[in-house]
Amino acid sequence: MSAMLLNKEKWPEFIGKLAGKNLWAPQAEGDAMHFAQVKEGETPGLDFGNTRVPPKKFIFPQTETMYRFQLGGTNIEEPVIDDEVVVLGIRPCDARANKIIEKLFKWDVDDPYFLARQEKVTLIGLTCTEPGLNCFCPSVGGGPASTDGLDILITDLGENYYLEALTNKGEKLLGEAGDLMVEDKGDGAKAKEKLVAAAEKKINRTVDTKGIPEGLPGLWEDPLWKRVSASCLGCGTCTYLCPTCHCFDIQDEIEGFDARRCRMWDSCMFEEYTLHTSGHNPRPTRRERTRNRINHKYNYYVDKFDVIACVGCGRCINLCPVNIDIVEILRQVKEAL
Amino acid sequence: MTTTGNPYIPHLATVEETWYETGGERCIKTFKVVFDEEKVREAWSHRPGQCAMIGVLGEGESMISISCSPTEGKFLRFSVMRMGKVTQALHQLEAGDKMMVRGPYGNSFPIEDWQGKQILTIGGGIGQAPLRPIVEFVKANRDKYAGLTMIYGARTSGDLCFKGEFEEMSKSDDLSCHLTIDVEEEEWEHNVGFVPQMLLDLNPSPENTIAITCGPPIMIRFVLENLKKLGFEDEQIYTTLENRMKCGIGKCGRCNAGNMYVCKDGPVFCYAVLKDIPEAFA
Repeated sequence: MSAMLLNKEKWPEFIGKLAGKNLWAPQAEGDAMHFAQVKEGETPGLDFGNTRVPPKKFIFPQTETMYRFQLGGTNIEEPVIDDEVVVLGIRPCDARANKIIEKLFKWDVDDPYFLARQEKVTLIGLTCTEPGLNCFCPSVGGGPASTDGLDILITDLGENYYLEALTNKGEKLLGEAGDLMVEDKGDGAKAKEKLVAAAEKKINRTVDTKGIPEGLPGLWEDPLWKRVSASCLGCGTCTYLCPTCHCFDIQDEIEGFDARRCRMWDSCMFEEYTLHTSGHNPRPTRRERTRNRINHKYNYYVDKFDVIACVGCGRCINLCPVNIDIVEILRQVKEAL
Repeated sequence: MTTTGNPYIPHLATVEETWYETGGERCIKTFKVVFDEEKVREAWSHRPGQCAMIGVLGEGESMISISCSPTEGKFLRFSVMRMGKVTQALHQLEAGDKMMVRGPYGNSFPIEDWQGKQILTIGGGIGQAPLRPIVEFVKANRDKYAGLTMIYGARTSGDLCFKGEFEEMSKSDDLSCHLTIDVEEEEWEHNVGFVPQMLLDLNPSPENTIAITCGPPIMIRFVLENLKKLGFEDEQIYTTLENRMKCGIGKCGRCNAGNMYVCKDGPVFCYAVLKDIPEAFA
């Protein structure tokens, strides 16, 4: 796989090469960064923290049509998913999350929507040189330059961008812009290494996950669950903004006679999520729901798929309206073990 | 089973027959349905204990126990209590109407492993629906099982499902059927009392026996307790769990009890496994 250097002066030209594609990149919108489609002539920069909402919509849209039908009819029409998408500037944690939830979407029965979208998307990642305040990716198996799930990784070396192709998809895309870049003779790789080492040092938040998956079952009735969920509002922000949260609801939507069955992100922090029609709820309060959220990520998912379903992106900490902090919860879990 | 490759796409089926099992606001209606397409009919196979997602386009889907045994023929039966939006819509369906069905989902009762044993089913209310396929399967393969005892109860005689089917069983020597209702009623010839107590009164021997119980959670809890009192080992006891479900194939997340997805790892659980699942009886 090739590793190239691109002088920043050529960045607009590089974007120009991608412009013919369905290109998405982080752009400012209000007080936050969001992934938006790059319009012709626009040159998105790579100078940003992370987007508020993780870019999981490219493989798992917030609302997705499963099939269409006419009200009163029985004919089912499946959507065709064939739009190629290039996502520029996805952070390594978010790309890694895709690979983590892929395990579930491929578990025993393939999820056709997820897999079709994943095949059509090319992910160009961006090494984190300035980790966020609540980033803790190294604690959960990631890192500022983790390549899992990425097709290309870009590292900002100052004067140049250092671009590494990681998959055939990535190699092909780099090839299309080959004349803008020079092959790296090793200096780029060395410079990247230094930057990554420095970035790792800037990550302040850590949690030693050793023993947590095995230990959580023993803490089922521990008072800590009441404590850590006491201030929870049940708003679901933590799950909606989580790149590894994959739960969904299925609902029918009707407009006149045109109808569709669609699925949409759901949240285990909502009361209705597990509410039986009888009125019985196996997870009746926020204590049980919080306990389930932590257990799902740090125990059940490890049990089933051998990986923690958390990438340490810090969004659930940054944006919880009442400052519930998953690192702090995990610290209390460790303490109780 | 899927013929399109997309497991979320339901198959068109025709309702052949319907009848009410019980009355009242939460009435239970049984649907006998047959897939429209021959290749779907041929490819379909289910085992006792499995479920299917059934629904009406524009209204939604619900996970419902398949209440017939594959030994009964190339059709499906669902007994549905009228509870929410989807089941209300299902209750509108009459013979000749179309229903959407996908599945079958979940594991099943390891009924083949139980050959040579006494089968004891203990049901309450609509909980008889997942047990009925066991009863029918054992009846159809009578020479392979040592015997069948059925305990079934409901609040009133009007709340018992499949009533017409029990008469014949009561007459048989080695298929015994014991019905009970919570409170005394005129002209009721069977037992009066709760299911867990009736189990104790009957005092079945645990020797070479498998006990399967389905019903309201409170009933299951006491039945399990009483089975233990009677000397049943955890490995001899089976039950089914239910939880809210959307996908049926282990993706949508919500039906987990601990690290088990009820839709895939269940709905059938041996008590030896179930007793260690923290949320199983939540």
